[in-house]
Order: sequence, then C-alpha cells, then structure tokens
Amino acid sequence: MSSGRMRATLAGETALTEDVIDARRLVKQFGAAPVVDHVDLRIPRGGCFGLLGPNGAGKTTTLRMILGLSPPSGGSLTVLGEPMPAAGRRVRARIGVVSQDDNLDPDFTVMENLRAYASYFPRPAAHRRPPRPFLLSLLEFVALADRAESRIQDLSGGMRRRLAIARSLVNEPELLILDEPTTGLDPQVRHLIWSRLRELAEGGTTVLLTTHYMEEAERLCDRLAIIDHGRILIEDAPRALVAGEVEPSVVEVRAGSRPPPPELSRQARVEAIDGVWHCHTSVPEAVLASLQQYPGLEYLHRPANLEDVFLRLTGRELRD
Amino acid sequence: MRPETQSLRHWRLPAPRLLAFAVWRRNALVWRRLMLSNLVMHFGEPLLYLLGLGYGLGRFIGEMNGVGYFAFLASGMVAASGMMSSSYEGIYSAYTRMVPQKTYDGMLATPVEVDDVVAGEMLWCATKSCISGTAILLVAALLGAVATAHALLCVPILLLVGLAFAGPALAVSALSPSYDFFSYYFTLVITPMFILCGVFYPIDSLPEIAQSAVLALPLTHAVALMRPLATGAPVEHPLTHLAVLAGFAAAGFYAAVALVRRRFIV
Repeated sequence: MSSGRMRATLAGETALTEDVIDARRLVKQFGAAPVVDHVDLRIPRGGCFGLLGPNGAGKTTTLRMILGLSPPSGGSLTVLGEPMPAAGRRVRARIGVVSQDDNLDPDFTVMENLRAYASYFPRPAAHRRPPRPFLLSLLEFVALADRAESRIQDLSGGMRRRLAIARSLVNEPELLILDEPTTGLDPQVRHLIWSRLRELAEGGTTVLLTTHYMEEAERLCDRLAIIDHGRILIEDAPRALVAGEVEPSVVEVRAGSRPPPPELSRQARVEAIDGVWHCHTSVPEAVLASLQQYPGLEYLHRPANLEDVFLRLTGRELRD
Repeated sequence: MRPETQSLRHWRLPAPRLLAFAVWRRNALVWRRLMLSNLVMHFGEPLLYLLGLGYGLGRFIGEMNGVGYFAFLASGMVAASGMMSSSYEGIYSAYTRMVPQKTYDGMLATPVEVDDVVAGEMLWCATKSCISGTAILLVAALLGAVATAHALLCVPILLLVGLAFAGPALAVSALSPSYDFFSYYFTLVITPMFILCGVFYPIDSLPEIAQSAVLALPLTHAVALMRPLATGAPVEHPLTHLAVLAGFAAAGFYAAVALVRRRFIV
C-alpha cells in the first residue's frame, strides 16, 4: 500500500496541526487505587509515539480510555479533536486498533476477516463493500497476499499478528493504536512489523504503541513516555532520554560476591546486583584503568541504552 | 467519576444503530459456513421429540383439546424450538463470541457499540428461532398436522419469540463467569418452561396456582398464539400474548445491553 493512500484520509489543514491526543490530568480509578494517575499527554499528528512501562503500569487502561471504552474517573481527554468518551463512535471510525490478544474471527478465512471487520465501519452508500483490490493491498502490505483464502487456524502467531495489523487498516485510520504489537514474535516478524509501522508513520499516520521492549521503543519511536504506577515519569525522544537521564557508558563487571572497591564509586555510579557491578560512568577509561588492578575480572564495556534509563526510573523489583 | 454514577451509566437507555445488522450479518455468514452441523443440532432434537412423542404417545392419547395429539404437539413444538434455538444461541454461542473468542472486543474497537452488538445478537437469535421453528412447521405440514395457511403467521411470531428469549439469554451470558453457569439456566428456567407451558398438554390441566404462574412465562404465550394458528382454531387474546412477548423482548434487551456494558465498558 502506498503511503499516499494513507495520507489521502487526512482531514484539512487545521486537523494537521492539532494534537491527535490531548489528555489533561487524566485519572482512572478501580476502587481505591488509581490505575492511571493524573496523566498529561499530548501527542502531535504524525510519527510514532511509544508508551513504555512495566506490566501493570497503566498502559492498556490509557489506551482503552483513548478508545472511549473506559470512561475516565477524572481529567479531560480529547482524541482527534473530539471529546472522549462522548464522541466514541465518530472517533473510533478514524482509529485503527491492534489489541494485545488475538481476536481474529476463527470461523472466517483471512479475506473474510478483513471483509467482516470492514463492515463494522459505516461506509458511504457508493461503496458498501470495500473493493477486493484494496483489501488485497492491505494483505500485501503485511506480506500475507498469498494467504487470502487460508483459515485462521492454519496461520502462525506471526501471521495472525500481521493480519491483525492489516485488519486495523481497513478504515484507513489517521491514528493507529497497537498494544504490545510484537510480544511473542520471532525476530523476522518483528523486523517486518517495525518497518511497516515506520512506513505508516512516515506516510502521515500517527502511530501510538505500548511496549516493554526497549529495542522496539528505541528503534521505532520518535518520542517515548515512560509510565509506571499510572504516572508518566518522563517523556522525550529516545536518544534524548538516554543522554539526559543516565551516564553515557556502562561497564558491567562479573565480580561474584566481592564488594565493589571504593575508588570505583568515585568514578561511576555503581549498582551491585546478583554478583554483577553495573558501573554507570562518563569516564569509562578511568573505570577500566581501575579494574586493571584486579586481574581475572571479566567485564563488558558498552554505551548506555534505554534499558538503563528504564530501570533507573522504574526500579528493579519484579512486577507480577 | 464516582462508582455509583459509573454503574448508573450502564443503565442509560440503549440507542442501537444500523450497524447492528453488520453484527447480524457476521453471525449469519459463520452459520452458513457451519450450516449442516447447526441444522442437525437445533432441528434434530425437537424433531425427535415430535416424531417420538407425537407418534408414540399420540397412539394412546388420540385427541387433546379437540385436535389429534400429533398436531397438538407439533404446534407446541414449533414454539418450543423457537425458544430452544434462541436460548442456545444467546447462551453458548454468544458467550463464546463474548468471552473466549473476544469477538466483541474486536467489534467494540470500531464504531460498533455495545447497543449495536446486543441488538445484532438478538436479531440473530430471532433468526435462529425462525429457522428452526419454521423447519418444524414444515415437517408438521408435510405430515398433515397443519390445518390452514394461517400457520404461515407463525413465522413472524417466531421472530418475536426469538427476541423474547434472546434478551434474557444474553443477559445471563453477560453475567456468567464461565460455561458452567449455563446448565443452571437451562435446568431452572428453560426446561421447566418446556415442560409446563403447554407444549405437551393444555395448561388448564395444571393446578390453578400453577396456571397463573405459567401465565407469567413467555413460552405459554408463544404456544397460545401458534397452536390455534397451526390447528385452525381462532386465536384468543392475541394482543395480550403479543404484548407479553414484546415486553420480554424489550426488558431483556435493556438488561442485556446494561450487563454487557458492565462487562466491557469498565
């Protein structure tokens, strides 16, 4: 599918400048504990925006509020210029959704899935049925054109997810929302999905996704918000987050039970976790020189990445 | 928003749109695909009752209320099969779409709303009621148990019967934590109606207190409408019967919409 086709659905000039999502002091509460806690989020049109957070951070609930499927407990929310959840129907007509769970129709073929899903969108009387070439172009886009007549049971997990992405495009959405789009997929499929999402984002579709894969967030997203316990901890471009939040280098030392020597903590921020010293530093040469005094230590010197930022901000304890 | 207003929100009046027909159409397409096994399941059982009991018992009973027992039972069976197929569809099949298969989640991410989903599901349940009831009627006619062409009026009435049973069934599905729950609904609600509401014998043979109780049940009114139509007798109080069925359909629709909202819009 050409990016021009996706762009053709964009509204007039004013729509191009407004924020696609504008959440202010957004709250969602189930019982006493807030799941989303006074979130401010403004997502401009175009590009790819990531919500990054551990399990249970409030990512999916935020997406459900954006779709109008979960009435906020407080705050205000505007999506594509319309108030939510009041304008739910109108807004969802302009959004594509790929949910975390597979909800493809198991009784239908690949093509029938697209056709049935397309029928859930009101269409102008002129074309009540989406033309087959259009649906085929969606399948081609996700490399499934040769599986148009396959049954869903015969598709692999990666194929199903690609079909879910094709299905989310039947209404040529201005905003595409994906909840953990590549969880559980092999690297080949992941790369295909990333490249397609980049293509869509560059063609003018706004892509909003949640993930807890750092690599995905780093490669795919123009901007990221790190969310935990229902709050947005920080929001920026991935590189800016790494540059701004952590030291540029990390030396990981496999040290066993030895405590880190005191001079190391003058050169680096040292975290000793499970027998590994994580030395976050802006003077890696000095750290490496100090380590020379202790022969036999195994170490790895690498640039800091998004995972360091993430763990620094959200902590290391397990989330179950 | 406070929790109280949250739950009140689910009970605001439903406002379904034409998109309900897209939901209906989806179910119809799946049904067409699995037509054969569906027909055997929903048509086979009432047919077995009809032939087995109608011929077997009919030989001993002869006439009931002035009609041959086979014709008496056949007309009751038309109504009962409408009830059964609508209830099965609204319970097992709709629950499968609602929970394990996550079909509703997919639909609700589009402009389709809960109101449309429930309206489409109810129309589909009514269609199933119509298909299986008409099939029984056809068999009865072929076996000479249908007296007049007025019996054709049973077809639109089967739609209404389907709607009357679809709403409560969908409401139960929306409340249900798992499939296990459904055997209660059939054992405590559907089977008693099947036995007590005049399918096998006239309700005036019941004790008086039981008679007034079964008058509150929708199947009684479905039978009261369809039996005279099929056997060529005048229908008594047709508006009352239609009103009771329409009342169950409307109340069931409202409850089902509210309870499905409660399950999905949280």
